[in-house]
Amino acid sequence: MPAASPGWWAQAAQIARKDLRLEWRSREVLFTMTFLATLVVLIFSFAFIAGDDSSLSPSVTAGILWVAVLFSGTVGLSRTFDREREGEAIRSLLLSPVPRSAIYAGKVVATTVLMFMVELIVTPLAAVFFSTTISTHAAWLALLLLLGTIGFAAVGVVFSAGLLRSRSRDVLLSVMLFPIVAPVVMAGARGTSLLLDPATPDMGGALLWTQVLAVAAVVFVTVGLWAFEPVATGE
Amino acid sequence: MSAGRPSDFRLVAGAAVAALGFLGIPFLIAATPIEPVMGIVQKIFYFHVPCAYLLFLSTFVCAGASIAYLFKGSEGGDRLALCSAELGVLFGLCVLVTGPLWARVAWGVYWQWDARLTSALLLWLMLVGYLLARRYGGPAAKRLAAGLALFAAVDAPLVYVSVNVWRTIHPNTSVITQSVPEMKLAVRLAALLFLVLWGVLLALRLRLERARAALGELELACEDALEGP
Repeated sequence: MPAASPGWWAQAAQIARKDLRLEWRSREVLFTMTFLATLVVLIFSFAFIAGDDSSLSPSVTAGILWVAVLFSGTVGLSRTFDREREGEAIRSLLLSPVPRSAIYAGKVVATTVLMFMVELIVTPLAAVFFSTTISTHAAWLALLLLLGTIGFAAVGVVFSAGLLRSRSRDVLLSVMLFPIVAPVVMAGARGTSLLLDPATPDMGGALLWTQVLAVAAVVFVTVGLWAFEPVATGE
Repeated sequence: MSAGRPSDFRLVAGAAVAALGFLGIPFLIAATPIEPVMGIVQKIFYFHVPCAYLLFLSTFVCAGASIAYLFKGSEGGDRLALCSAELGVLFGLCVLVTGPLWARVAWGVYWQWDARLTSALLLWLMLVGYLLARRYGGPAAKRLAAGLALFAAVDAPLVYVSVNVWRTIHPNTSVITQSVPEMKLAVRLAALLFLVLWGVLLALRLRLERARAALGELELACEDALEGP
């Protein structure tokens, strides 16, 4: 009788740990993603800030922040999966006796952790650049970003896994991902803007958007767990 | 494909109904009263609304067929998903062209970030994404596109809710149409007519895909026979 294999959660955690350990050795994706997100924020400030006033309205700041998260997240996703393609690592991963859903969950966790680390750096940076106060509702803001990132990663992992062998995978990932995650971006940006507004803080509105993000995260993770196997490993 | 199959008869009948309908419906639309607030431009409504219904119908047919392909491996489901996605893009384009034409006169601008406009646009973008993934997705294109359709279907309610909340914060649009019986009749008939047209186009397109699949199999069989011992 073979030794009992570890449970589903342990296997998912193992996959996530493997991805994060690989990333931690080179820190390639983390550094490039953070730099890209910072550049996106800077480019937007060059485009939007005019005259003496160096502050932007909360809705613009929130929008810039979420666009930076979206762009750097997309790049991060495709780089994480490029690693699986090198040396056909994905083949060994799929041959290992791990449920596909555990592979999916591990990948989502690893992507979320990476993106969240980038957000932890870029959000205060954006606040400094645009003279916005984020400390008032810092925990709530972090929750919004975390929920939005989970929703984004849940869809993104399914698509990047399916795109592994496509030649135009980079552009196709954005083409497929952006319309689907539009509600996440909308809810995230609106919610963030309501939290950042010092004059008229709208807690009820922010709560509503947090709920939308939570529902989106739950729905996308559920569908992802269900669809990852046929989409990524059909044959 | 040989003529005289029952599906051919239904196709011809459907095409005839659609052709007759499109000859007749302009008279019916001309006979409806002119809407007092918006005037003559309101008449674009009779083509705009049926196209919008078909955009939604196509999306859900595409998603349902994609699920059949993903989880049951049904090749027919994959073909149906592809054909309905193409029709969805076509009718969606009609919605997105006729809408702004009307809005320019009724609202004074071509585009408003209204809940319904934005949801329709996002749904249309997802279908375009489906076709792009299907075409350029590489070896796994079919499965990938089917996954996109699945996500699009569960996303549609989320899109609708979030766009609705997003816009109700600044409500500045109003689409009021008085429901006159003649108008209701005309719009219902137009919707029925467009549904028949959609069915005929879908059947034609499916026939082409089936023929293509059959041809592919024949070619493979041919190669096997030539290479065989």
